[in-house]
Amino acid sequence: MSKPVIATTSLAGCFGCHMSFLDIDDRLLDLIELVEFNKSPIDDIKTFTKDCDIGLIEGGCCNTENIHLLKEFRKRCKILVSFGECAIMGGLPAMRNDISVKECLEEAYLSGPSTVNEDKILPNDEELPMILDRVYPCHEIVKMDYHLPGCPPTADMIWIVLHALILDVDIELPYEVIKYD
Amino acid sequence: MTTTEIQTVLKKFRNDKTRLVDILLEIQSENGFISKQKIETIAEGLDISEVDVEQTMSFYHFFSCKPRGKYTIYLNNSLVAMMKGREKVADAFEKELGCKFGEVAEDIGIFDTSCIGMSDQEPAALINGKVFTNLTSFRAREIIRDMRKGMEVEEMYANTFGDSKNSSKLVRSVVRNHIKRTGPILDQNFQTGKILQKQLALMTPEEVINEVKRSHLRGRGGAGFPTGIKWEFCRRATGKKKYLFCNADEGEPGTFKDRVILTEKPEMLFEGMVVAAYAIGASEGILYLRYEYSYLKDYLEDVLDKMRKDGNLGKNPAGIKDFNFDIRIQLGAGAYICGEESALIESAEGKRGEPRNRPPFPVEKGYLGFPTTVNNVETLCSVVKVIQNGGEWLRNMGTKDSTGTKVLSISGDCLFPGIYELEWGFSINTILEMAGAHNTQAVQIGGPSGALVNPDQFDRILCYSDLATGGSMIILDESRDLLKDVVMNFTDFFIEESCGSCVPCRNIPTLLKNKLTRILEGKGTMKDFEDSQNWANMMQINRCGLGHTAANPIITSLENFRHLYEDKIQKHKDFDSGFDIASAVAESCEFVDRDPNI
Ligand SMILES: Cc1cc2nc3c(=O)[nH]c(=O)nc-3n(C[C@H](O)[C@H](O)[C@H](O)COP(=O)(O)O)c2cc1C
Ligand code: SF4
Repeated sequence: MSKPVIATTSLAGCFGCHMSFLDIDDRLLDLIELVEFNKSPIDDIKTFTKDCDIGLIEGGCCNTENIHLLKEFRKRCKILVSFGECAIMGGLPAMRNDISVKECLEEAYLSGPSTVNEDKILPNDEELPMILDRVYPCHEIVKMDYHLPGCPPTADMIWIVLHALILDVDIELPYEVIKYD
Repeated sequence: MTTTEIQTVLKKFRNDKTRLVDILLEIQSENGFISKQKIETIAEGLDISEVDVEQTMSFYHFFSCKPRGKYTIYLNNSLVAMMKGREKVADAFEKELGCKFGEVAEDIGIFDTSCIGMSDQEPAALINGKVFTNLTSFRAREIIRDMRKGMEVEEMYANTFGDSKNSSKLVRSVVRNHIKRTGPILDQNFQTGKILQKQLALMTPEEVINEVKRSHLRGRGGAGFPTGIKWEFCRRATGKKKYLFCNADEGEPGTFKDRVILTEKPEMLFEGMVVAAYAIGASEGILYLRYEYSYLKDYLEDVLDKMRKDGNLGKNPAGIKDFNFDIRIQLGAGAYICGEESALIESAEGKRGEPRNRPPFPVEKGYLGFPTTVNNVETLCSVVKVIQNGGEWLRNMGTKDSTGTKVLSISGDCLFPGIYELEWGFSINTILEMAGAHNTQAVQIGGPSGALVNPDQFDRILCYSDLATGGSMIILDESRDLLKDVVMNFTDFFIEESCGSCVPCRNIPTLLKNKLTRILEGKGTMKDFEDSQNWANMMQINRCGLGHTAANPIITSLENFRHLYEDKIQKHKDFDSGFDIASAVAESCEFVDRDPNI
């Protein structure tokens, strides 16, 4: 039987969840034995080359690029996991959600104290992703199957969950692993 | 108010920070808000930080640190108000003033407020603390014009004063009682002082407790705890002092029976407090009166004065040796959660009305740390009748587990909304017939925290073992959209009134509201339905009764009106996030001047 295939990505995130993923340390070696990676910063594969079993999504959606990518992951992955606080709730980027996007852009490109933009150029090139009215958690865009809490989720949690998903057994998270404060 | 005047107010309350709510109410009464500067003076005078003052202030709906106008209109937005045409009235206010709710124009502020206990005469509003009932858009415009002329609030009443005590010199309100059916609590032949003097005086506290236990009387405030047992716990608790509270917070939307009892039977209520105090050994009593009923305060104070003069309150009430007991009135400041007994105690201590963790229970450690009993208005009235006629007498009324009578607040789609006192054990059908209800689609029993019941269950019996109720019954006929009008309104109510301490209570009602919105927009799927059910179950881990019941509008409508949801759900999809990319990018594209290419 071929190995289960994993894909990962970071949308409106800071790569902190991926860093925590790397924190599983030497268990990475065990993981490599168990799975194959496809599209992911871990192996730097930029586009899907096949359908995957598990997709880990870091970060929520703040622009159209995030939306397209998330939808593609949904199409390509059997199981999709919201991986960390930003994917689950929008996290820090969602702090802008109480302010209108117009006001945010105005401050960033025109009126902010450190802004120098004499020609008042605004980011409207066709090539650029369009900014969403607010930052959306992943499950408000597509169906997510699992939610791994934490900012970032601990390496132990990531390991336990991945391990269980790969082996198709129940996920058992001891209290210490899901307790954060 | 000058600094000196504020200091005089503080002095009147002995610079006691536990009286902060009273202090704020008095200082705010001058011009409807409390400025930053005044907060500083208050904090200094009470030797607490400004933040301490602000955190209490910000908790209550009726306190403000910004001006809310010379005239402040609080228009009720409860379900029954909506059913009776509140939106038209609200529109008229907004148009006439050219401002929105939550704003002030021409020195007139218009604000929403939760149920003000007038469901039998909605739409109703509080204007500078005075109640206005049966409002129409015509009246709304008229009131604003009167305000422009600078009239006194009382001069703006268009109708005559209400019936019976509502028109007495100290009440002078346009509120009507609408008593439709009387029983032992609301009957006319109660003789002031007689039961205290002739009967209580001859009993020991233990005998009182035993008689109440024998009656099987259970609390009428909603939770139904056996009154005699509560008193026994409190009597046995050790403490240098004990307190008795009467809970007159009556915030459950659709309930107004305590208002009527307070108006018509205050002597009986206060005598019930004397009985309870004697039984538990309390020396001080506090009537916690919701701010919405502050129009009754002077009148109630007067009743207390008379009782003191008659020797039924104060030193040795009814001539009982070694027993001293007096009552003060504590006003609330607008917060449904303060009806929860431990929140009520916190509020009476001048703090935010956030429920306490239990144990310890108030009977062990309550007001200021002393053993405290909290009883509902109606419970305390029932007690007087138990002393008069004996526990056996009460047990002969009602059902086995629910003895005596219940005073019901009936409102909504019926010909005769009002107060009905009935023996426990009546069916919903009986009520509908009595109140003149036709084409009834559903009945909300026990307010938003209770249950939305369908016609198949109209033969169910009201009692603690079947359908328990604090007394609110809202009748809904076939013209009502149960999900949009009822469930949504109640869910908004809980979102507004949660104290915010517990995560599920703070968040889940909002999530459920979002789900319901999507279902109503036709974007819902079976998954939304299932999520709602699963998430609602999580509410049980909240700290208090508000959190435990805040999902009940969703839970009981899912149970009893499942088809209403199913009709609106998309059957061919198992997931639909409802996300619309075009509308999500519209604003940013417009700002940067770019055509959305989706
Ligand atoms: C959110 C909430 C609101 C409540 N509001 C009231 C109220 O307005 N009046 C009342 O008597 N009890 C209210 N209660 C119940 C009280 O906590 C308490 O059980 C009651 O006052 C005890 O009196 P009883 O035993 O005579 O019923 C409320 C409870 C909760 C959880
Ligand atoms: S359940 Fe809700 S109202 Fe009760 S304490 Fe918790 S947050 Fe406050």
